[in-house]
Amino acid sequence: MSTEPPKIQDYAIIGDGRSAALISNRGSIDWLCWPRFDSPSIFGAILDPEVGGSWSIRPERERKVSRRYLDNTNVLKTTFACDSLKIVLTDFMSVTSEQNKQNRLWPEHELVRQVRCEGGDADVIVEFNPRLGYGRIAPKIDRVGKLGWRFGLGTHVYTLRADGDLDCFKQSSSMGTLAKLRLKAGKSIAFSLNFSEEGPAVLPPLGNSAAERLQLTSDWWRVWIAQSNYCGPYERHVVRSALVLKLLSYAPSGAIVAAPTTSLPERVGGDLNWDYRFAWLRDAAFTVHTLFGLGYKDDAKAFVNWLLHATNLTRPQLRVTYDVFGERPLRECELQRFSGHRGSRPVRIGNAASEQSQLDIYGEVVEAVCYFFGKEEPDHEMQKMLRQYGEYVCDHWTEPDNGMWEERDKLRHYTHSRLMCWVTLDRLIEMHQCGRIRGFSIDKFRKQRAAIRREIEEHAWSKKLGAYAQACGDDVVDASILLLAYHRFEDASSDRMQQSHARIRQRLVPRLGLVHRNEQSKNRREGAFALCSFWETDFLAHCGRADEAHEVYEAVLTFANDVGLFAEEIDPETGDALGNFPQAFTHLGVINAALTLRDIEEGGHSMRRTS
Amino acid sequence: MNWLQWLVWGFSGTVILTSILAASQGFGMTRMNIPYLLGTIFTPSRDKAKLIGFLLHFANGWIFALVYVAMFHAFGLATWWFGALIGIIQAIFVLTMLLPIMPALHPRMANEQYGPTVVRQLEPPGFLGLHYGIRTPISVLIAHAIFGVILGAFYVVK
Repeated sequence: MSTEPPKIQDYAIIGDGRSAALISNRGSIDWLCWPRFDSPSIFGAILDPEVGGSWSIRPERERKVSRRYLDNTNVLKTTFACDSLKIVLTDFMSVTSEQNKQNRLWPEHELVRQVRCEGGDADVIVEFNPRLGYGRIAPKIDRVGKLGWRFGLGTHVYTLRADGDLDCFKQSSSMGTLAKLRLKAGKSIAFSLNFSEEGPAVLPPLGNSAAERLQLTSDWWRVWIAQSNYCGPYERHVVRSALVLKLLSYAPSGAIVAAPTTSLPERVGGDLNWDYRFAWLRDAAFTVHTLFGLGYKDDAKAFVNWLLHATNLTRPQLRVTYDVFGERPLRECELQRFSGHRGSRPVRIGNAASEQSQLDIYGEVVEAVCYFFGKEEPDHEMQKMLRQYGEYVCDHWTEPDNGMWEERDKLRHYTHSRLMCWVTLDRLIEMHQCGRIRGFSIDKFRKQRAAIRREIEEHAWSKKLGAYAQACGDDVVDASILLLAYHRFEDASSDRMQQSHARIRQRLVPRLGLVHRNEQSKNRREGAFALCSFWETDFLAHCGRADEAHEVYEAVLTFANDVGLFAEEIDPETGDALGNFPQAFTHLGVINAALTLRDIEEGGHSMRRTS
Repeated sequence: MNWLQWLVWGFSGTVILTSILAASQGFGMTRMNIPYLLGTIFTPSRDKAKLIGFLLHFANGWIFALVYVAMFHAFGLATWWFGALIGIIQAIFVLTMLLPIMPALHPRMANEQYGPTVVRQLEPPGFLGLHYGIRTPISVLIAHAIFGVILGAFYVVK
């Protein structure tokens, strides 16, 4: 096996709607936080192979590796093969319906790993090396008779069980628990790692029972994916992206986290390392549109309920990010003990962006809610909330902010923030005209909306660039300008939008299918921002350049990893994934762009425009 | 015997005992969840088990309160400290005798000798309930002592 640490794209994800694990193509679980996405890690080798902790199951000798998910599931199969030898590792977190949980005991969290030898006899190395509290604690692992191996922290208890002989495990102070197993052809062994914090642990048996849980888990994912009504181009990518989104949603509240990881670098060796294990309001409109577009009305409803619950506590002011229960995320701090992914320091937990001023989120929330209610009239409380957001925008839209890219250097009058303030008022005026909301001065909102339009048209347009600029009065090219068309501020075919797109192509596109988010990020040697490629796809589709849209879309899809996952960014030179992984925003982009391409081909305009 | 006082203070004591144990769980002192353990005797469903167990737990509270009341009458003494003493004795009995033999009594509890089966999957509490957290004995002792204090302090032996 290579001694180089795995790259970001070498990982795949499994999860249970509350937490997620990243598994490398070497069979090692290098990231797992229990009980929820933003809990401290138990395996963190992705951020530091020495102290992070990992759980590896691999053949003793190097083999050729291939991976895939079982069809329409988040059950991962990794195959190690060489000549006649073939070892298949199946990884999943147990999930099933609430109905099934009524007639059987079900663990709070369980991760199952089954290794099967399908040809020849093979030696398999199992290295179990947990490190609790972000690598802080190497727990003492106790043998508890036939109940397996147990360790814990406070009342959190972890139990490792296997349906083979656990006596072969040897405790080693430096390597954790180590075992070498000889598997004969046709034989398999299953491991179960189990977590409990609420009450007495449920310890499900292995053997046939583990096979049943694999079946139940596969069925659950397939039943969920079958609810999608998507039928159109790029279905395989859309399905995988939908499954990723479901993995990133926190089932008890409906929140969707931006990514399950922290501090995977936007530039390897650099310091652009952030914690994304929280829910961003910025993703709201995009998320609701995507879930509705695929036919997941229950998921959309759960997400909007979370959105309303979270924002209710702080309204009319909104935070940029919330945790899965709508609370303030952890205060940002650095974990000194981690050396970072491939030396990219610092490793941060918590996110200071939650304290930033970002005016665009009002437009995101209002658009999401408007889209969700469609032709229905929101209830009294909801109308009050929407009015408050409208009033807030009227009072604050002239202020500078940190913008959607969360720049930390200084506040600017970002064009995108202005655009989303315009969206806030525009959607409320639309709802008022349809009689779905009352109680505010329509004239005031119209006047303010017109003022924002004037501001964008007069001050965000740069004569020097011959394009809309990143911020009013500057000359920086920014891909977010494409959203002027996405949000119906300006027609994609207009001269100004065409010129702006041409400038983006000239300055921000290093190769077909990749787009930097703006000139600053390009200068910082960050990767191309994957979502921007999907914005460009959408833009091209809407200005009648469908062939080019398909070209861009297909080009960016080639940068997905072997199991169809995207990070936040893509290195234009190597094609490597950069940033937190997998990224909800990017996978939302995959689906949204596919929906647009389908709608444009079928009906001449996208569903978004007729909502 | 004063039946109304038995009902009222038996119920009050059980409410306080349950609250203390639930708070201990919430504050991360123990994973001991008596309603869940009782309820899973009858159903594997987590939610239903908690509900059934909650009702059973209150019924148990009254039954145990009856024993306390019998002791008060037998000794002709009902004071807070005597109630606390009975509570501590009960807690010691639960921790040292009842919890270790739970796998033999509970149809869904696994044991260390045979491991989990399709039916028996619940983690056993172990001696003093230590498998559910090292502070389990403390919370059980405190909860039962306060149960006894309430009965001893408010029940009047006529």
